[in-house]
Amino acid sequence: MLRAFGLGAILFIFWLLLSGHYTPMLIGFGLGSCGLIVYLAMRMDVVDHEGVPLQLGGRFWMYFPWLMKEIFIANVNVARVILNPRLPISPVVTHFKASQKSDLGKTIYANSITLTPGTITTNIQGQDLEIHALTLKDIDGREEDEMDHRVSWVESGSRGNS
Amino acid sequence: MFVAATVGVLASMSLAMTRALMGPTVYDRVLAVNTFGTKTVLLIAVLGFLTERPEFLDLAIVYALINFIGTIAVLKFFEYRDLGWTRHPEADAE
Amino acid sequence: MIDLILEVLSWISIIGGIFFMMVGTIGIVRMPDVYTRLHAAGMTDTMGAGLLLLGMCFQAGLTLVLVRLVLIYAFLLFTSPISTHALASAALSGGVEPYTVPADRSGKLNSLNGEQNS
Repeated sequence: MLRAFGLGAILFIFWLLLSGHYTPMLIGFGLGSCGLIVYLAMRMDVVDHEGVPLQLGGRFWMYFPWLMKEIFIANVNVARVILNPRLPISPVVTHFKASQKSDLGKTIYANSITLTPGTITTNIQGQDLEIHALTLKDIDGREEDEMDHRVSWVESGSRGNS
Repeated sequence: MFVAATVGVLASMSLAMTRALMGPTVYDRVLAVNTFGTKTVLLIAVLGFLTERPEFLDLAIVYALINFIGTIAVLKFFEYRDLGWTRHPEADAE
Repeated sequence: MIDLILEVLSWISIIGGIFFMMVGTIGIVRMPDVYTRLHAAGMTDTMGAGLLLLGMCFQAGLTLVLVRLVLIYAFLLFTSPISTHALASAALSGGVEPYTVPADRSGKLNSLNGEQNS
């Protein structure tokens, strides 16, 4: 129930930011549509710890700046590979172990790997991630290990609270 | 200066279109069309600033969502040859 | 003074965004197979769009326009890895073999990378 209220509040803030018209009638329509969407979401049974991950809280936003920094570094590296006239690529498929417990944590880890250019998650089976990398340098493991630790830290916020 | 940004986005859109026309497999074409869609979102946003009409940004948000759903729908069709069918545990067992 | 700084930052960001977008698209044209092309396409979605929208954020100032630009980038960040992953797994199940470097060239590259790492 708390998650439903949280979803409704987030949707209403979203509506207020997108609308820009603040007359009582239009705000009423906004409240009505947010209520309808929360009702539909509860009927679809997607208001749970995966659909509305409120339990991550601030931890995700403390992880986010680090992720953006990694994305920037990886982008510069891939740009240098592409602009090199010899095109020095050596694509490989390898496997990583994910240390996250929940599906949500594994999804955050896999999507972080995919967002970083140079590495793509192609498959997940259990704790085993299948990674396609552009060059051998991209999977020397240091960034991925640190990312794994940090995502586990983000995820542990959920286990502590719920 | 926004004219320069528009020209840059249009140039990279035409390059992406080259890949969509050349692409040997259907996945190359889907990839090129997906990138083309991302660039269309940026083109709409830049045009909104160029013509000083910020309402264009709402169109850009909607286009970003439709582009994503369209890509997923096309990929699902090419993987399963059917848009309504989902993978059931029984179907895997057979 | 603040206006001038914001203007300069905004044009640096926009030019950087156009640069990364062009490099990503050149990568899509140059790369040998669909999986390597996905890496190049990821550049356009993360850095190209990010810097371009950041430049427009500097132009917009603290208005609702800024919120919309941030929302566009949030949508791109959430959807880009999902469509990349869907494309990669669809191509794998569709039977597209990942490209590997021919033996003589990959040997040379391995030694090159080894020197850089040590």
